[in-house]
Amino acid sequence: MKWWQIKKRDADLERELRSDLELEAEEQQENGLSPEEARYAALRAFGNPTLIREHTRAVWSWNMLENLLRDLRISIRTLLRAPGFSVIAVLVIALCIGAATSLFTVVRSVLLRPLSFRDPGRLVTIYEHFRDPVFNAPGFNYNPVAPADFFDWRTQTHGFEDMAAWRWGQFNLTGEHGELPELVSAGGGSWNLFPLLGVPAAIGRTFIESEDRTDGNAVMLTWSLFERRFGGDQSIVGRQIHLDGKPYTVVGVLPKGFTYPDATMQVWVTYASGMPPAILQHHDFHFSHVVARSRPDVSLASALGQVEALQYRLHLQNMNAPVAEDVASKTLIQDLARDVKKPLILLLCAVACMLLIGCLNVANLMVARSAARQKEIAVRSALGARRATLIREQLMESLLVSIAGGVAGVLLSLAATKLLVNAWQDLPSAQSVHTDGVVLAFACALVFAAALLAGLLPAILSTGKGAIAALQASSRSTAGSRSRTALRKTLLTVEIAMTVVLLIAAGLLLKSFWRLRTTDVGCATDNVLTMSYSLPAKRYDSPEKVNVFNESLLEKVRAMPGVRAAALGSVMPGAGDRSSDSFTIPEHPRIASGTPLPDALYRRADPGYFSALQIPLLKGRFFTSDDRNDRPKTIVISQQLAQHYFPGEDPLGKRLHIVARGDADYEIVGVVADTLHQVGLPVRATMYLPIINGESDPGGVTLVVRTTSDPLASSVPVQKQIAELDPELPVSDVLTMQQIIEGSLRNASLSASLVLAFAVLSLILASIGLYGVLSYLTMQRIGEIGVRMALGAQREQVVRLMLGDGLRPAFYGLVLGLAVSAGAVRLIQSMLYGTRLLDPAIFAAVAATLLAVSVIACMVPAWRASRIDPMQALRTE
Amino acid sequence: MAKNTQQRANVLQGTLDMLILRTLVYGSAHGHEIGKHIQRTTNDFLQMQHGSLYPALHRLEEKGWVVSKWETAPDRNREFKYYRLTDKGKKQLVLEESQWKQMADAVARVMWPATEEN
Repeated sequence: MKWWQIKKRDADLERELRSDLELEAEEQQENGLSPEEARYAALRAFGNPTLIREHTRAVWSWNMLENLLRDLRISIRTLLRAPGFSVIAVLVIALCIGAATSLFTVVRSVLLRPLSFRDPGRLVTIYEHFRDPVFNAPGFNYNPVAPADFFDWRTQTHGFEDMAAWRWGQFNLTGEHGELPELVSAGGGSWNLFPLLGVPAAIGRTFIESEDRTDGNAVMLTWSLFERRFGGDQSIVGRQIHLDGKPYTVVGVLPKGFTYPDATMQVWVTYASGMPPAILQHHDFHFSHVVARSRPDVSLASALGQVEALQYRLHLQNMNAPVAEDVASKTLIQDLARDVKKPLILLLCAVACMLLIGCLNVANLMVARSAARQKEIAVRSALGARRATLIREQLMESLLVSIAGGVAGVLLSLAATKLLVNAWQDLPSAQSVHTDGVVLAFACALVFAAALLAGLLPAILSTGKGAIAALQASSRSTAGSRSRTALRKTLLTVEIAMTVVLLIAAGLLLKSFWRLRTTDVGCATDNVLTMSYSLPAKRYDSPEKVNVFNESLLEKVRAMPGVRAAALGSVMPGAGDRSSDSFTIPEHPRIASGTPLPDALYRRADPGYFSALQIPLLKGRFFTSDDRNDRPKTIVISQQLAQHYFPGEDPLGKRLHIVARGDADYEIVGVVADTLHQVGLPVRATMYLPIINGESDPGGVTLVVRTTSDPLASSVPVQKQIAELDPELPVSDVLTMQQIIEGSLRNASLSASLVLAFAVLSLILASIGLYGVLSYLTMQRIGEIGVRMALGAQREQVVRLMLGDGLRPAFYGLVLGLAVSAGAVRLIQSMLYGTRLLDPAIFAAVAATLLAVSVIACMVPAWRASRIDPMQALRTE
Repeated sequence: MAKNTQQRANVLQGTLDMLILRTLVYGSAHGHEIGKHIQRTTNDFLQMQHGSLYPALHRLEEKGWVVSKWETAPDRNREFKYYRLTDKGKKQLVLEESQWKQMADAVARVMWPATEEN
């Protein structure tokens, strides 16, 4: 029997039963009964024909589908009958599923599948690993690989399909037609890197083996540089560009989504290109990143084992050089996920909470509805409907709601994902974030989970009662259904507790972010423009030339209109640690060997630096234009250094011996106030050396300009001043001081604001739930309220009564939520700065907000209850 | 017709299929006939309940042990749905019969061990 024959089969059964029933009646008639009596006798003998038909249908194989279709029909009808409920439930589910899907899309792209590489699961990165932790970077077991090690690995082991290496580099990109020179980050990749990753060139080709030589001059452009600098002109392929003044031929352009290892990479040359040949023979110059593709027929462990054995041999052969004993490996995906992992997981938790709250909310609404349908359900079960059937029907309803919500949610998430990716610029591989089959499957799973969560509990509870009990209960609605009300209040309490946890987490993150934002870095941050340049040692080969350039630049910039001050420094406050040196104090007793030497951040500054950045002088003097070159060496120290290493004595006139700069001691001429080297980290001792000393600093020089108005508006005029002095000198990192500080805070700001968004959504959901519960209670107690008012209860008393009913679960939820938060906040401890875990202000603010919102949510139904006309209430009873 | 209900038994769970198949060995019959036949053969001891008869018939048809056809009854001038045993049904009957015998023997051995020894 096929499903399209169901109708025919039904008619067939009908006919069969009728004919047999008639036969029975005829036989009874033959026994001498009247036709009327015979029919009743036949029916008695036969039993209930409808029930027989139902039972017979149940054995048909397509019965399941038929039932499903019937349930579907009934559910759609019941949902349409209560449009208010349906719309709210669909919206709630849509919000939750939308948020969860968006976040899952991002998490999947970043943590689970970051790259549009061929078969990325088989790509691993291999690093060197020293057994002695002193050689490994602190807290870091993955050391870059030396070129000779890589070449040996690649040629002498056979466990991997292939191995490629790349290194960081930087070029001064100059144009042929007088375009501004530009400092670009460059990758040097072995010729097989792109085939190994499975990335073909978008235009032209990738490198070939013969180009991977020290004199190789092939270059590939990334899509962003190709678009930005060359206007997307395809004829650039085959032409030449100049990197550090040398001509390179463009062989291809990388595809748009390719941002490995990150989006700052602008051009790629070959691995060996431009390297001194000797370095490629070294086992102890660690600068390469190795990517390998594992073979399907060799286990990763054994392939790595081969490399490890080889590396240990290399270590034994080079005992005097720092050649690592072991190798360490991680998947390329892990390698790239970096520090966004934690905020993403935090957000996932927040979304999971919100999803749960949403489901509880819908469950609550369902309980309310099933209460309203109590009579219907009681009647149906009295007529023989099985409990399973009733539960199935209710589940079908919640499934329909979830599906509708899911569809709306996925549409919502398409828009939300785009917003999220735009806002989160630090996200690696942001380009590859998109919705696909797996994401849709995830959304489907959410839909079913939500349907089960929201539907099962109310369905089971609403059908559990015997028919008689239900009919009795529903005939006396003044009593209300105590158990169901209790259930709704419990659900609400849980909902509110979770909202409180989310709100507190959001509050703490926001406060921490606010603390970071408002941290006093210790210098001027408004209207300060910075830009960096690095004088090439080739052309600036004498101290005089360097000084002349630097001083004439300062002179020119200071003369510009709108410029209040200009100065030169090496590393700006807030820009990170960058460089530090150990020092000794010749006036102090010698430090016992074995104990670590004191250490301070190493900065360079010109005489105007401190006043330009408004760093106050505490003692002594700033540099003067005499502190240069071979004059007596002077140094300025920070307050922290003075307090820590010269406690109770005057540091002025004392000397510092900087170990790395061995030759001479530096006389302390001034003490300045502290600045933060990184927002969120404690102050470190800092020493400043004169920058006008003729050295062309390989780390580059930063020009600081304090302006009267919008600093970025001055950036082009200032760049023009530099180009006038040296048209080929590239300028990099044109940033305001604010941008430097905010750069490190962007993730903190984003996770704080997203968690807040989820918390606010949860708060809205919880207040909808609160409102719903109280409205329902009011409806249930109309009769009772009517009686109370008829007996003389005042409206205020009724309001107080109803308000108390609604606020009690809110209050319990609040207390529970606060208690849970006190434990749960430990999980975000490491993401907080300058904020106490149990910050009383945040806890109080959250409690106040929640109570206020609860009162508002409860006020409407309570007020409505107080407007009830007692006569009407009693009549509708 | 009235009998003490205590002495009537409902068809033992699981044996209904076998009884129907056995009834159909005599030739095709419609539902009412089958019910009547079982009831009459057991001297009204087994009360056929139509509520379980029709589902059973349809179940047997789903399994392919019987086939059905609308035919005119010889004594009445009307069509009834006649069920007929298939070859598959015959095999099933043999199987169920032997299983039932084994079961009955086993039960008997437990219930009346002395009789067995004599």
